[in-house]
Amino acid sequence: MTTGPNDVDLSTRYLGLDLAHPVVPSASPLTGDLDHLHTLTDAGAAAVVLPSLFEEQLEHEAMAIYHGREWSSGSFQEATTGFWPEIDEYNTGPGPYLDLIRAAKRELTVPVIASLNGTSRGGWTLYAKVLEDAGVDALELNIYLIAADPEVSSGEIEYRYLQLVQTVREAVTVPLAIKLGPFFSSTAHMARRLVEVGADGLVLFNRFYQPDIDLDRMEVVPNLVLSTPAELRLVLRWMAILHGNVACSLAATTGVDGPEEVIKLVLAGADVTMMASGLLRHGPVRLRQTVDGLRSWLQDRGYESLAQAKGSLSQKSVPDPTAYERANYMQTLVSYSPPW
Amino acid sequence: MTLPVASSRSLTIDGNEAAARVAHALSEVIAIYPITPASAMGELADEWSQKGTPNAWGTVPEVIEMQSEAGAAGAIHGALQTGALATTFTASQGLLLMLPNMYKIAGELTPTVIHVAARTIATHALSIFGDHSDVMGARQTGFAMLSSATVQEAQDLALVAHSATLKSRIPFLHFFDGFRTSHEVAKIEALEIGELRDFIDPALISAHRDRALNPNRPVLRGSAQNPDVYFQAREAINPFYAALPGIVQQEMDRLADLTGRPYHLFEYLGHQQADRVIVIMGSGSGAVGETVLDMVARGEKVGMVLVRLYRPFDADRFRQVLPDSVAALAVLDRTKEPGAVGEPLYTDVIAALAATGPIPPTVIGGRYGLSSKEFTPAMAQAVFDELALAKPARQFTVGIIDDVGHTSLTVNGTWNEAEDVVRAVLFGLGSDGTVGANKASVKIIGDKTPLFAQGYFVYDSKKSGSRTVSHLRFGPRPINSSYLIGSGQATFVACHQFHFLEDVDVLEPAAQGARFLLNSPYPADKVWDHLPAWFQARLLDKEIELWVVDAAGIARDEGLGGRINTVLQVCFFYLTKVLPIDDAIAAIKDEVAKAYGKRGEVVVRRNEAAVDRALQSLAKVTVSRPVANGHTGDSPDEKLAARLSTAPDFVQRVTQMMMAGKGDLLPVSALPVDGTFPTNTARWEKRSIGDEIPLWDPSICIDCARCVLVCPHAAIRIKIFDAATLTQAPAGFLSKAADGREYAGRMLTVQVAPDDCTGCGVCVQICPAISKEVAKHKAIDMTPKFESLERERANFDFFLEIPDIPKSELKLDTVKGSQLAQPLFEFSGACAGCGETPYVKLLSQMFGDRALVANATGCSSIYGGNLPTTPWSVDQSGRGPAWSNSLFEDNAEFGLGMRLAADRLEADAKLLVTALLPSLGDLALDLLAADQSDEAGIMAQRDRVGRLRAALTTMEPDPLAGRLEAVADALIKKSVWIVGGDGWAYDIGFGGLDHVMASGRDVNILVLDTEVYSNTGGQASKSTPRAAVAKFAAGGKSTGKKDLGQIAMAYGNVYVGQIAMGANMTQTVRAFAEAEAHPGVSLIIAYSPCIAHGIEMVDQMSQQKRATESGYWPLYRYDPASEAAGKPGLRLDSRAPTIRFKDFAEKEGRFAMLTRANPDRAAELTARAQQDIDDRWHFYEQLVNVHRTAEYAEVDDQ
Repeated sequence: MTTGPNDVDLSTRYLGLDLAHPVVPSASPLTGDLDHLHTLTDAGAAAVVLPSLFEEQLEHEAMAIYHGREWSSGSFQEATTGFWPEIDEYNTGPGPYLDLIRAAKRELTVPVIASLNGTSRGGWTLYAKVLEDAGVDALELNIYLIAADPEVSSGEIEYRYLQLVQTVREAVTVPLAIKLGPFFSSTAHMARRLVEVGADGLVLFNRFYQPDIDLDRMEVVPNLVLSTPAELRLVLRWMAILHGNVACSLAATTGVDGPEEVIKLVLAGADVTMMASGLLRHGPVRLRQTVDGLRSWLQDRGYESLAQAKGSLSQKSVPDPTAYERANYMQTLVSYSPPW
Repeated sequence: MTLPVASSRSLTIDGNEAAARVAHALSEVIAIYPITPASAMGELADEWSQKGTPNAWGTVPEVIEMQSEAGAAGAIHGALQTGALATTFTASQGLLLMLPNMYKIAGELTPTVIHVAARTIATHALSIFGDHSDVMGARQTGFAMLSSATVQEAQDLALVAHSATLKSRIPFLHFFDGFRTSHEVAKIEALEIGELRDFIDPALISAHRDRALNPNRPVLRGSAQNPDVYFQAREAINPFYAALPGIVQQEMDRLADLTGRPYHLFEYLGHQQADRVIVIMGSGSGAVGETVLDMVARGEKVGMVLVRLYRPFDADRFRQVLPDSVAALAVLDRTKEPGAVGEPLYTDVIAALAATGPIPPTVIGGRYGLSSKEFTPAMAQAVFDELALAKPARQFTVGIIDDVGHTSLTVNGTWNEAEDVVRAVLFGLGSDGTVGANKASVKIIGDKTPLFAQGYFVYDSKKSGSRTVSHLRFGPRPINSSYLIGSGQATFVACHQFHFLEDVDVLEPAAQGARFLLNSPYPADKVWDHLPAWFQARLLDKEIELWVVDAAGIARDEGLGGRINTVLQVCFFYLTKVLPIDDAIAAIKDEVAKAYGKRGEVVVRRNEAAVDRALQSLAKVTVSRPVANGHTGDSPDEKLAARLSTAPDFVQRVTQMMMAGKGDLLPVSALPVDGTFPTNTARWEKRSIGDEIPLWDPSICIDCARCVLVCPHAAIRIKIFDAATLTQAPAGFLSKAADGREYAGRMLTVQVAPDDCTGCGVCVQICPAISKEVAKHKAIDMTPKFESLERERANFDFFLEIPDIPKSELKLDTVKGSQLAQPLFEFSGACAGCGETPYVKLLSQMFGDRALVANATGCSSIYGGNLPTTPWSVDQSGRGPAWSNSLFEDNAEFGLGMRLAADRLEADAKLLVTALLPSLGDLALDLLAADQSDEAGIMAQRDRVGRLRAALTTMEPDPLAGRLEAVADALIKKSVWIVGGDGWAYDIGFGGLDHVMASGRDVNILVLDTEVYSNTGGQASKSTPRAAVAKFAAGGKSTGKKDLGQIAMAYGNVYVGQIAMGANMTQTVRAFAEAEAHPGVSLIIAYSPCIAHGIEMVDQMSQQKRATESGYWPLYRYDPASEAAGKPGLRLDSRAPTIRFKDFAEKEGRFAMLTRANPDRAAELTARAQQDIDDRWHFYEQLVNVHRTAEYAEVDDQ
């Protein structure tokens, strides 16, 4: 993607990486194999974020094989060697993920960002290092701590986040983005502290899988629903608030379905916007449609570059900064007319 | 500090591996079939070839699993004829199945080696253990027979055999003692692959190739000969046998030049002027050798001749090693040949002595060590003592008490082992990793120090909660002690399961002042009060130093589940001081990394963490208080005796001894002469292995009886009874008003058998009744057993007293109706959560009181018939299944024979009734016209037969009455069941199964399809599905599962039901009812999840459901009666697939493992497996609409 003389300059900078435009496929099954990655970059992706490498998953698989083989070994006289043949190489480690990184780096021209979800401090640093060694351009830490323990205070949770980021920061030199959940008492403060301990960028927000209840089976079941533009608002607010308040890149994810959401997020201050549900729903073609839509919108309004528009409607840039704060909620309620 | 270095050649392995390494390196084609204790040789060969490990000449041997040992022998015969170097491995019945081909192979002078882990042949009973009855059954085939007595020899003589067979052209049977040598882990000096290659003369291989069948220079081999030439041709071979002993000795000498280890056809050990000598072959020579050395050191003139080359028996060389001074010779045979003048080695020795003269004044023969019976130095001493008598017994036994034939020698005293050997005995569970840890410890010591090491492992006969006893020795010299560590001999004893203290005399092996390690949930300062009084008292008597460690707690904390092995390994090294502890820990971590590294770093990390925490938890117990007074009767023996005080006489006299681990002390007179044992004995075991048991909440229960149906152990029961019964009930006995019109006004109870439950949880998983308030609370929940044990014991005792509803009043073809019938298969030792036993139990409930069961060898014959007890039981009238196991391969024919006999006797009985009609009157007419198509009809016939018997006793002495009396029971309908696994039905027994299916006779065949050889440890069968990983299919099985049901349906008159209890219980029960009602052959193929599938067995029923939902295991019934009525015979009982194969498969380790190991191949095989499913479903859907027009019903012969 190039910019012609009459074209709007859509280029942006994220985590120190120069991107042709701000539309990036986020971590999803679509970015999990090389064929799909080619399809996405062919469709115009400015960078790719690979699916999260889950330490927990790696551990689970390794332990499952361990238990499976060990438990049956020697369980009775005629089966003293267990029930399965011993296999030399189980691929329980991050090997296939590293292969994907290496192949992506070899074959793609856009930056490749890896995503990591650790469980142990040792695991975070260990895998961050191996991902860095495999050649990723940047690393996204997908931190996923549910504060379910009544004995653990918000301060402790925040401390764990900071400690973790700091530890990883000390272990690797590659740019680090932190994918956050929205549930902090003081999100803005937290964002700043994360930057202080080494985050080069923040990704707003991690969309936790929410459980559901199956009424037929009377069971709690995991339920994955694709995000919708309606979910954009939360991100939009915090993007606008954080823009200019933290010294790092800002990425938006969740609810990005097409050009409209991208434009809004850029105006609020996003350096990049990330799509997953939109791509799953509409296919890779949605990338080009979105970039084209963004370009047209900017062109139609006489913008020369994305940079001009970026943050132009952030909290700092709007005439009424409280529009992004609590007053907004009150106004909304007051102005709401019931349909009956 | 670094460890002293062991020889770079030393390797610590078991006998099977020692032989298999050589066999794989020196072969090109290897045909295999699993059989204990030889399976590991085939598994290793397969594993090595799968990994591309080349043989000595750089090519990877072709390894193929066959359908039976007969098939394996045929395959290597063909390979040899075509010029390849071929080998196979086997034991016991497997070797017998190879005999016909062995005659051919030998008769054609074809060089090969068959490696045998020698095992008992089934006679009055099957036994998986070691003796020479199998190899002695092959001594007439023309194979040379070379015996290895140790693990080192299993390697060395394997090479001698492979080399000598090429040189001599005579095939070799190389054998070593099953378990004692095949499974003993020992340190050996390893031969390297280059040495193996260089040992074999390439010219001999070329000569073998030159003799091969080749169309470019064709010959005919395998002609049929007539009386004119056969005899002469048979004698033409003699020079080859004459040359063989010399060739073997030459090869032994070459090996000695290479390794410094000299071997001879016959080896003499002892005093050069010995007057008494024992001749022996195999591992027993270890015990005799130690005795000889000890006695010679004490000034006695004794010696031993060890036989290595048994066939051809070289009389001259035998004579040469025997001192001329010998006056008395005892020849020990590890086999029995009833009726022979002596056992085979004895008669060979006599013949050899006669041939070479003179014969010493005394030559006697004795049997020892049958079925791995212990053979100790004390027993060898008893033989020497016998030889010293003026008139020793000509034939004797040693190691048993024969109070019938009075053949046994008296064994006096004990044998004290050498002081410089560390001896350790460790008690554990099969599933806790004790054996694996001990193998690793032996390996560490063997591989990393100059010490010699030995490990031998004893299991009990259960599959769930199997107990293990590990016997380890370490010392500065090679360890030839081929026997268990005896009473009071162990300097270190460990008990890895705290609850063993209640039931096992774990202090028995401990020497005075020994160290004892206990895996204890209680810390050192609190544990004393939790120890049984007997244990406290014995501990103090023996001045034992007690140490505790909370290995289970550490393993739990580190996410290792019940695998407490690494923690206890550290403690073992700390307490035995075999190695400096830091070195030991480093070595353990090294082993951990080697063993587990390939499975993932986390596994290593967690095990290392457990290792690091071990010594922090280990603590010595200071005995602060003596034994509590008045605590009598709590020793394991006393408790057992008290519990069995009301048991039948046989159980108290015989079974109790076996249960106490003292079966060795039973005299000959205690045991049945023909292998016939009472049933109904598992109920006396009360193994109490479950930590949790299900408890019932009647307020939620919906009376569905599913929990009862799925219970693999018959440990949860249901009864409906009159409310008045409750007046006698113990406090805490629960009941509820029974649902359903037919049971109105009566009460229902679901009751657990708390000591028989294994805690598998399958019942809870299937329970559909959920509390409205708390979703996790069901009508049954697993709860810690200790909270309710005493109450539930009383409840279960009372429950058993409640009368059962007569079967004639039950709807047996419904889930609930069938479960109200008493299970006549209960409390088996099958794996906790077994997928097979619910079907077997159901069979017993529906038809058990009139069932004859033919059971193929396999899991079901082991949990069904492995002593000390049997789960097959009797109802309140004393009726129950009559059960027998013949063999693995013949079970269909065996069951057919039962049917033929039942039919013949019934016909005879009817003829006799007819003949006696004038005397019997209406009773005779009623007997002959009886309708026994339902339970009421059968009960009425039983009543008539009772009256017939009464009538016959009052009749005048009439020969016909006597004859009828003997066959009167045949008038009651019999239900013949042929039960076995997929290894039998799909592979080794398929020929017979097919023949029986074609017979049209009224038999019911139940195939418990686990899709793998479960009993021998998970080898692939033809039932194993595509994409599954199994032994012999390490890369994922590339071919699809054989469609046995389809083959059976092709006959047109065979009832076929494919069922999966967890997918459709009603269909399962109906299929059983219909199969039994079908007047011809019925085949039920029952999906039976197994631990080999790599699932949590608690989930087995829901996994069965997924199997069906994915179309992987479609449910159907094919009923020829429908065909006869003009309707389609096939009825699909499950819906078109609703989930993908992948969704089912990813939950099972057998499939998921391949995804981890080889994702590309997994993806390819998974796609093919999905195609298999789609194709089969499509095919079945079409079959539903197919109408046969031919009449397949049997036409009477007349």
